[in-house]
Amino acid sequence: MGHLLENLTHFARLLRSLGLSVPSTGTIDAARAVQHVDIGVRDEFRFALRAVFVRRPEDLAVFDAAFRGFWGRPSGTGTRLDLRPLGSELRLGDPEVEMESLSGLPAGEPQDGEEQVERVRISTYSDREVLREKDFKNLTAEETAQAVRLLTELRWRPAPRKTMRWVRGRGPLADPRRLLARIARREVDPEAPPMRARKKAPRDLVLLCDISGSMERYTRMLLWFACCLTGSLHRVESFVFATRLTRITKRLRGRPGRNPLQEIARLVPDWSGGTRIGEVLRSFNVNWARRVLGHGAVVLVVSDGWDRGNPSAMRREVSRLQRSCDRLVWLTPLLGSPEYRPLTRGLQAALPFVDDFLPVHNLASLERLATHLNTLPTDLRSRSGRAWDTGSGGVW
Amino acid sequence: MPDARPIPSSIGELQSMLVREEYVSDRALATSLFLGLRLQRPVLLEGEAGVGKTEVAKAISAALGRDLIRMQCYEGLDVSQAVYEWNYSRQILEIQMMRASGEMDRRVAAKDLFRREFLTERPLLRALEHVGPAPVLLIDELDRADEEFEGYLLEMLSDYQVTIPELGTVKALQPPIVLITSNRTRELHDALKRRCLYCWIDYPDFRKEFQIVQTKVPGASRALSEQATAFVQELRSAELYKAAGVSETLDWVAALVALDEDLLTPKRIDETLGILLKNQEDIQAVRGEPVKAMLDRARHRGVRMSYAGQEPTTAWATSSKT
Repeated sequence: MGHLLENLTHFARLLRSLGLSVPSTGTIDAARAVQHVDIGVRDEFRFALRAVFVRRPEDLAVFDAAFRGFWGRPSGTGTRLDLRPLGSELRLGDPEVEMESLSGLPAGEPQDGEEQVERVRISTYSDREVLREKDFKNLTAEETAQAVRLLTELRWRPAPRKTMRWVRGRGPLADPRRLLARIARREVDPEAPPMRARKKAPRDLVLLCDISGSMERYTRMLLWFACCLTGSLHRVESFVFATRLTRITKRLRGRPGRNPLQEIARLVPDWSGGTRIGEVLRSFNVNWARRVLGHGAVVLVVSDGWDRGNPSAMRREVSRLQRSCDRLVWLTPLLGSPEYRPLTRGLQAALPFVDDFLPVHNLASLERLATHLNTLPTDLRSRSGRAWDTGSGGVW
Repeated sequence: MPDARPIPSSIGELQSMLVREEYVSDRALATSLFLGLRLQRPVLLEGEAGVGKTEVAKAISAALGRDLIRMQCYEGLDVSQAVYEWNYSRQILEIQMMRASGEMDRRVAAKDLFRREFLTERPLLRALEHVGPAPVLLIDELDRADEEFEGYLLEMLSDYQVTIPELGTVKALQPPIVLITSNRTRELHDALKRRCLYCWIDYPDFRKEFQIVQTKVPGASRALSEQATAFVQELRSAELYKAAGVSETLDWVAALVALDEDLLTPKRIDETLGILLKNQEDIQAVRGEPVKAMLDRARHRGVRMSYAGQEPTTAWATSSKT
């Protein structure tokens, strides 16, 4: 047992280094578990450890590989080598996209951007006003850094939703439990009996951001936008897409000192390609919608709508997306120009199913977006209070 | 209640006990369940809808001869629905009786009104206070409940006790056998997962699903079971919003038997597709040509499987020629 316990400790450590969340009691649990199985039978041993150590289906493959590596016979093909690269590979798909493929990010190395954020100067009022209205695509590197600083000052607090849970408060239902207790103590005030109300809870936010070639000049600022959202709200899920959908939530959630844009660049395989929005939304609807669209989610799709796919696929998927969330907001930088009309076939197909259609081309538009989200009604099922920018100067 | 049987002493024994209850389990699942029983820990079963998570609990309770206490979760589920609730109408009646007899003393009344007999038990409390051999407690689709409720479950699952403010703490006479299922529409909290053993239940492969069909729909011919299973396996590889679960396969085969169908035809599949797929977009996407192609592939696969496993049935031989 002594040897086994030691090995289990090492194995738990290995799993942790591969990214599995193994609790501190894991080793003891494992030691207890294996007493009940025949550890001479390899699969019995493996399944017992798996029941204790694995908590997510994504980790199954990592676990099995680690098990083979760790408990395999030393003479065989088993290895005691560093298995960490294996972990990230199995977890993330192919991670090693070189920085050269980063053409989607304008203005040089992202690292520079971060340094600039650090030594950004305090801007005067008029500087701010100019910057607020300036189109993202025209920002210089220095202005970008300043804009990012201003972006972090925005407050993102989407209006709450009513949950199904009842709590004490001024609401429509009497609270029988407290009422009875008061009757027993003869303390009932008939004017103000104890009541219950529906609890309010924050909404989840889901961001789907187009990073295809036509969006190139906005991508950088929009990713910072995603970053700020994620940083200031508890539950935000972010995805980027061109021809494929990539989840970037975890990359955005800060590891301090790391530039999130660089992390994302490493993750995303299809910077600046064309877009197939319909297909991308389909893969979101099939693989992610059920998992991230609970809790009265508000979905923000950021895209110029230049779509190379099939309009009927677009119509089908956007309509489905709208039905699976509480609010579907479509944001496009093109609405920054007064002459713009949403005439592309893809957008024409999508717009009937969009609740709000708004610009994202400068800081002012993001401020208005924040205000809009923060003042949404609690009950969104009626889909009332739509905000629709016609492109002719802003109908709000 | 059936006679309670003791906890099995090996994984194999548990597996064959489950088979007697018409539940076909693989080794990984049986190991998790076995350890859950042995270590008295809850087992968390995750998997897509319709892979038989709830069935596990039914099979276990039948196999061990224990009562099954089931709690279906939903958004807004709270203590009064899950654990206990005061019986307000009886309490009000009691107050009126106190008044009538003129013995309404403040302190006594407060105490008298919150007596054990005015408490209505809900599933969790019932599981803790269960007399006799430990029951099976199934907490079904926990991902549907909200996080607050998960937090509440922590106390119950780690110490097998609940606290009722007016009465005190109720501790289980013996820990129930707890099974938790989740469809994974959201991630459960780590603290809760840590208290459980874990098992991910995947869609079964051809061999296992075929076995399940044969066990559960004994009226279906071997050939039909093979064809239908192979077809469903093909259907699952298509990218659909909602893949067909095992329960759908069983319903479908039962329907085909009821329709007196011996062999699958594209037409018959089109007509009965609504039993397998519950989503209009999915049905439209596969109806017609895709169904034909899938059936074709399923036939080849079926033949391959039959050769690899046992004797090919004659029905396969003929159907693959057509």
